[in-house]
Amino acid sequence: MHLDHAFTALADPTRRAILARLAEGEATVAEIKQPFAISQPAISRHLKILEEAGLIETRINRQSRPRRLKPEALAATADWLDRCCEAWEANYSRLDALLEDMKHADPKGPAT
Amino acid sequence: MTTLQKAAVVTREDGGKLRVSRRFDAPRDLVWRAYTQPELVKRWMEGDAAWEMTQCEMDVREGGTYRWRWKQKDGTGEFGFHGTYHEITAPERIVNDEYYDPGTIGGSMGDYCDITLTLEEADGATMMTTLMDFHTEENRETAMSTGMSDGMEFSYQHLDKLLEKI
Repeated sequence: MHLDHAFTALADPTRRAILARLAEGEATVAEIKQPFAISQPAISRHLKILEEAGLIETRINRQSRPRRLKPEALAATADWLDRCCEAWEANYSRLDALLEDMKHADPKGPAT
Repeated sequence: MTTLQKAAVVTREDGGKLRVSRRFDAPRDLVWRAYTQPELVKRWMEGDAAWEMTQCEMDVREGGTYRWRWKQKDGTGEFGFHGTYHEITAPERIVNDEYYDPGTIGGSMGDYCDITLTLEEADGATMMTTLMDFHTEENRETAMSTGMSDGMEFSYQHLDKLLEKI
């Protein structure tokens, strides 16, 4: 894996979205293109960058050439979701603490 | 004694959506109040020691607006969110839109996000589900990499760390 290439590849939201799609399973170029309002050549350019970065690979098949994530990239997209999860969790654990305070201050719920 | 996993579960959904689910060990009425009364919201959205919430205005009724803003205590950074409430059904459902104001920290959350918050109570606990619709997959991935809230800067510096692992 080329780190410079991987960094460039991941810096673009369309390519991150393509990785998120491929994290669910392999897909043909037409399937990958479907949610995006961009042209086939533009998608192909993105796929080429991802492939050169070592994040995805092409499976040679008689009818189509589906793309799939390389296992290392699959771990990366999972980690990414975990980071978001941590951001939410930081807020929610403070909400837990507040709710504990509220239970003791006002055990029967809101006053009318 | 049973120990239930409370950590937030975040999943991507088709069409640029993100679903966040989290269980709270409190009745729904309390969670509703903590979510809709500005003085209580401020207490849990204040963030870590480095950030303070400088604005927390919420007019919680249909057509009402809200405006949240955070500032870094050393004065270097500032950002905010604002939006309009479209549906308020106490104590179970809020529908609102949300616009990100990058202030001085930059980043993008896409154009805007539609948020549906649902609270369901079972056995004295409350399941909170937040469905965020960023409208396109690119917007969602942009938002996820910008960071979700309270100055949690999930940005390219995290990508650096991530890239070290792969």
